[in-house]
Amino acid sequence: MAQVKASMAGTVLTVLVSQGDQVEAGQDVIILESMKMEVPVQADQPGRVKEIKVEAGAFVNDGEVLIELEE
Amino acid sequence: MKDTWLEQLEENLKKVKAGGAPKYHEKLEQQKKLFVRKRLELLFDDEFQLEDGLFANFTAGDLPADGVVTAIGKIHGQIVCVMANDATVKAGSWGARTVEKIIRIQETAEKLKVPLLYLVDSAGARITDQIEMFPGRRGAGRIFYNQVKLSGVIPQICILFGPSAAGGAYIPAFCDVVIMVDKNASMYLGSPRMAEMVIGEKVSLEEMGGARMHCSVSGCGDVLAATEEEAIASARRYLSYFPPNYEQKPPKMAGKNPPEGARRIAEIVPDNQNAPFDMMELITSLVDEGSFYEIKQLFARELITGFARLDGRVVGIIANQSKVKGGVLFVDSADKAARFITLCDAFNIPLLFLADVPGFMIGTQVERAGIIRHGAKMISAMSEATVPKVSVIVRKAYGAGLYAMAGPAFEPDACLALPTAQIAVMGPEAAVNAVYSNKIAELEEPERTKFVMEKREEYKKDIDIYRLASELIVDGIVSPDELRKELIGRFAAYENKQVIFSRRKHPVYPV
Repeated sequence: MAQVKASMAGTVLTVLVSQGDQVEAGQDVIILESMKMEVPVQADQPGRVKEIKVEAGAFVNDGEVLIELEE
Repeated sequence: MKDTWLEQLEENLKKVKAGGAPKYHEKLEQQKKLFVRKRLELLFDDEFQLEDGLFANFTAGDLPADGVVTAIGKIHGQIVCVMANDATVKAGSWGARTVEKIIRIQETAEKLKVPLLYLVDSAGARITDQIEMFPGRRGAGRIFYNQVKLSGVIPQICILFGPSAAGGAYIPAFCDVVIMVDKNASMYLGSPRMAEMVIGEKVSLEEMGGARMHCSVSGCGDVLAATEEEAIASARRYLSYFPPNYEQKPPKMAGKNPPEGARRIAEIVPDNQNAPFDMMELITSLVDEGSFYEIKQLFARELITGFARLDGRVVGIIANQSKVKGGVLFVDSADKAARFITLCDAFNIPLLFLADVPGFMIGTQVERAGIIRHGAKMISAMSEATVPKVSVIVRKAYGAGLYAMAGPAFEPDACLALPTAQIAVMGPEAAVNAVYSNKIAELEEPERTKFVMEKREEYKKDIDIYRLASELIVDGIVSPDELRKELIGRFAAYENKQVIFSRRKHPVYPV
């Protein structure tokens, strides 16, 4: 199962997808805010959003799972 | 002379040049590898090739050239030296004469002051020959010693076609650049089999020491090539940016305009300081068409490093990529920058910094990883660089980020600002929070937001770029449409810059 992980430590600014959405590889799925920058996080591979693990405002560490995807 | 002598020589030459037994050539084909002599043919300009030690270990009968070709040839008309493992001879392993040949070609490159290429495809030491090839004065250790001695004197390039195992993995480690062939190249100290035996880890070769891993995760690889042909072409291209040694300047070529239809820099850079944009597009719009050669494209992508030409003149570019991790400097990006700056400075390649940096990353994770000492490496390398050095503040340059990107205190020949530039200890949002945190906490909405907005505006005025130019902090404010012209002029003017940074044995490097 594919996962979307945080590329760096920061706060979740916006979740761009909803459960059940189909996403493409390279699509921005979450925007983090870190170091006062907007940091888009992409899905590495295509899939359907199975579970969103975080909500806006949450602190996440580098490598933390944000979204679970399924085939 | 007797005809039989000539025939015998012909026959022996043919035999040795054929490399190992046919079954090993078949194996090469299966692995989509080329025979060592084919590799050299692709590497050199033409047939000109001088070879020493072709008959090394001839009397052994089954070890043609003792598994390594050492030769002199030409790349872009420039004499170069090469050592190339022959994987058809005992898997390219090193015997005593293999090592001696490698040491000798290093000595030749040193005397001639010409680039040295290592075409590596080797299983490592021949254990059976270890006393002769491993521990002694002219054992394998001397190869690495020589590499270190030659570092910064002549360009040392590694093309990794196959394994580079155990001690052999240090050949790429001591080269200036490592070009790896995807799927075939690997570097590791202990093989997966050894890892399983010794520490109980089960792992594939690709995961542990594959080309893609090294080019994207460990940073041991600089360029990932899809095929051997591509890797060899890449090495030739790399050398087009380099002089043959540290005493000469990189070759200048005819200039080219940036590509037709490239967007204007003013359109590429967004007004919002916090929104990401693609710095690569800005570089494309700035430099000679097709001239950018990226180093470590897949590693620490929040920072771009690579060679380019401005009106035919070589420059090394260090640029923050806000599209990745906000362009923030991390442990790996600081290392990447330090290494690239050192490489350029060693071979008289001028440096262009394109700054758009929120600073060095903060937080527990990076502090534990030693971000301070890694950042120190970058700042140290950048400070020491005495080549022409221009910093362009494209957008933000906050905190130590300004310092690391060759800010005014670090003796750039010029620090230029685009009108979008913002230089400060920190951005307006963070600064207002830091200065007025108590006050902000006391206020109720909507006064709180109003207060914060007012203070941010005040702060922005305080760090206004015209104010910084007025205080002579930046040397100029340049229109993005004029930036290319300005930089071409600057680098031409600074060409004969001569500076001695400091007299001493060597600095105590941060590591």
